[in-house]
Amino acid sequence: MVEHEAAPGMIEVHNLTKVFGVNPVLRGLDLTVARGEFLTLLGPNGSGKSTLLRILGALSRPTAGSVRIGGWELPREADFVRRQLGVVSHQPLLYDNLTAEENLIFFARLYDLPAEQRAGRIRAVLQRVGLWRRARDVVRTYSRGMVQRLAIARAVLHDPAVLLLDEPYTGLDQDAAALLDDLLREVAIGGRTVIMTTHDLRRGHLLADRVAILSRGQIAFDAPSSAIDPDALPSLYADVTGAATIS
Amino acid sequence: MSAQGETTPTTAEAAVPVRRVKVRRPVTAYWHAVAAIAWKDVRAEIRSRELINSMLLFTLMTVMIFSLALELDSNARQTTVTGVLWVTIVFAGLLGLSRSLASEKDKGSLDGLLLAPIARSALFFGKMIGNLLFVLVIALVLMVLLTVLFNITLLRPLLLLLVVLGSIGFTTIGTLLSSMSVHARSRETLLPILLMPVVLPIVISAVRGSTAVLNEMPSQDWLPWVQLLFMADVIYIAASYALFDYVVEE
Amino acid sequence: MAYSEKRTKILMGLTYAAAVLFVLAMLMNFFYVGPERQQGEAQRIFYVHLSSFLGSFLAFGAAVVAGIAYLRSRNPKWDTLGHSAVEIGLGFSTITIVTGMAWARPIWNTWWTWDPRLTSVTIMWLAYAAYMMLRTGIEDPERRRRFAAVYAIVAFASVLYTIIIIRVRPDTIHPVVAGPTQAEPEGSFEVSGRIRDTLFFNMFTFTVITVVLVWHRIRLENFSERVARRKMEVLADL
Repeated sequence: MVEHEAAPGMIEVHNLTKVFGVNPVLRGLDLTVARGEFLTLLGPNGSGKSTLLRILGALSRPTAGSVRIGGWELPREADFVRRQLGVVSHQPLLYDNLTAEENLIFFARLYDLPAEQRAGRIRAVLQRVGLWRRARDVVRTYSRGMVQRLAIARAVLHDPAVLLLDEPYTGLDQDAAALLDDLLREVAIGGRTVIMTTHDLRRGHLLADRVAILSRGQIAFDAPSSAIDPDALPSLYADVTGAATIS
Repeated sequence: MSAQGETTPTTAEAAVPVRRVKVRRPVTAYWHAVAAIAWKDVRAEIRSRELINSMLLFTLMTVMIFSLALELDSNARQTTVTGVLWVTIVFAGLLGLSRSLASEKDKGSLDGLLLAPIARSALFFGKMIGNLLFVLVIALVLMVLLTVLFNITLLRPLLLLLVVLGSIGFTTIGTLLSSMSVHARSRETLLPILLMPVVLPIVISAVRGSTAVLNEMPSQDWLPWVQLLFMADVIYIAASYALFDYVVEE
Repeated sequence: MAYSEKRTKILMGLTYAAAVLFVLAMLMNFFYVGPERQQGEAQRIFYVHLSSFLGSFLAFGAAVVAGIAYLRSRNPKWDTLGHSAVEIGLGFSTITIVTGMAWARPIWNTWWTWDPRLTSVTIMWLAYAAYMMLRTGIEDPERRRRFAAVYAIVAFASVLYTIIIIRVRPDTIHPVVAGPTQAEPEGSFEVSGRIRDTLFFNMFTFTVITVVLVWHRIRLENFSERVARRKMEVLADL
C-alpha cells in the first residue's frame, strides 16, 4: 500500500498543544522521528504520552501546533495517514467473541487487503506471533500475553510504515514480555518507524535507537540510546522528571 | 538502524518542504467497510447470542405484560395490537442499541475502528445495519408471537414493509444517539430520553399505517403513512450521514 | 472580557422597549380588542398563546443555526447561543402549553386532549428537555458542545417533521390560524381588523422579548464562566 521512500522526518511534530477543558496536557511539544527509527518515549503518568500517541493516531485533534506523518498533515489529511499506521495500545482493540482468524479477517477487510492476499497474509502474521495453531479459537479463551501478540499481529497486518505502541508491556508476565521483545525487534527491522511508550526503562532503552523523556507536556530529554548508560538511566529519568516537577 | 539518533528535534526540519509518502486509495471502499463491520457484529452475535437472547426474552415478557395488563377482548385487540407491536419493538430495540456501541467503547475497540482507513459514516452504517438486523429478527419473532397470542394475522407483506421501514428509521436515529449517549455518565437512562422525542414521527406513522393495513382499509388510508415513513427514513439517514463525523471525532 | 458600552446600551434600550411593548400588548389584549364572537373572553389568551409559540419556535430555530455554526467554526460562542436559545425556547413553549390548557378548559371543556397540535407542542417540549439532559450528562465541555449542536439539529428536524405529519391528519379540533389545512376546523374564528392588529402586535412584542431574553441569557452564561475562571485562578493562587 505504502511506498517506503525517503522523507526527511517520518513523524514531525511542531509546537503541539493539547488542552482538555482548562488544563493543558501537551505544551508546545516538538519531536521529529526519522524513517526507520525506533523511539522510546518515557515519562510519568499524566505527562502526555498517551495523548501524544492518540493525536498521532488521528484519534484526537490537536488544540494547536502541527503534526505531519509521512508528509501528510493531521488532522486535515488523516485519511492519508491512517493506512500507514499500526497501533498497539494497552487495550487490545480486538473482539472477544471472534476467533483470532475472524478478527484478522475483519481488520484485513477494513484495511482493504486484496481478497486473494488476505488468507496468506493472515497466516503469515499469525505464524510470526506464534498463534497459528490457536487461530480458530475465540479470543476470550486467550491469555493476556496471547491477546497482546494477536494485537501486534493485527497492528502489522496491513504492513504499516509507522507503528505506535502505547505501553504494550502492561499486564504481561516475564515470559510473555520476553516474547514481545523479540517480536518488536523483528517488527522494527522491516524499516518501520516506531514510537513506543513504556514505564520499563531498561526494556525501552534496549529496544530503541533513541530515548526521549516526556515531562509536563514537553520533551524534557532526548538522546540516542548509544549515548545513554543503561545503569544511569533510572537516576537520569528521576532527575529529568523530578526537576521538571519542581521548576 | 538509523543514523538520525544524534539530532535533537529542531523546528527547522518541520519547515523543510516534505515529500509526501504516496498512498494509493487512502480510504477503503465504502460498502466494503460497511459490510465488514456489519459482518463482524453479526458473526460475534451468532457466536455469543448475548444480545439477541436478552432482547427475545424481554420481548416475550413485554407481550405477556401487555396482554395481562390490558385484558384485551377481541375488538380491543384489533385496534391496540399495532401499538403493542411498536412499543415492544422500540423498547427491545433500545436494549440492543444501548449495548452495541457501549461494548465497543468500554473495550476500547471503538478506537480500533476509528484508526482504520474508513469513512466515519461507513462505521456508522456498519453499526446501524448490524443493529437493524437484530431489530428485524425481534420484530419478526414478535409478529409471530402476536399472531399466535392475539389471534390476529400480522404476517402480511404490507405490514412487513411498514416494519422494515419503521425499523430502518428507528435504528438509524438510535445508532446516532447511542453513539452520543455512551459518553454520558448515566447512559442507560439518557438514551431513551434522547431517543423517544425524535423517534416519535416514526412511531406515529408506523402505528397509524399498520392499523390501517390491519383493518383492511383502502390504500389512501395507509399509503400516506408509508410515504411519510419513507421520508422520515431518508431525513434521518441523511442527518446521520452528515452528523456522525462530528459525534466520533475528538 | 468586558462588554462594549455601546452594546450594553443597545441591550438596555431593547430591554426597556420590550417591557413597554409587553405592557402595551397586554393592554391591547384586554381593552383594545373586543371579545371574539364564538369564544368570548377566553379567546383573549390566544394572542399570548400563539405569540409565545412563535417565540419558542424562533428560539429553537436559532439553536439549530447556532448548532450548525458551531460544528463549522468550533467557536464556543455559538454553543452559548444555542444553549441560551433552547432554555428561553423551553420557557416559551411552557407558556404556550399552559395558556393553551387555560383556553381549552372553557372552550373544549377539558384541560388536555391528545389533539395533534397539543401532542406536537408537547413533543417539542420533550425534545428540548432531553437536550438539557444531554448537556448535563456529558462532562467534557468540548464534547458537550458538539453533542448539543448535533442533538439540536436532529431534534429540530424531527419536531418539524412531527408537526407536518400531524397536520396531515385531518381530525384536528385545534383552530387553524395560518397556513392551508385540509379540514375546516369547527373552532375557526373570523379575523377582524382589531384582532389582526392585536395579533401582529403581540407577535412582534414576543419576538423582541425573545431576542432580549436570549441576549441576557448569553451574558449570564459568559458572566458565570468568568466567575468560574476567576474562582480557579484564586484557588490556584492559594
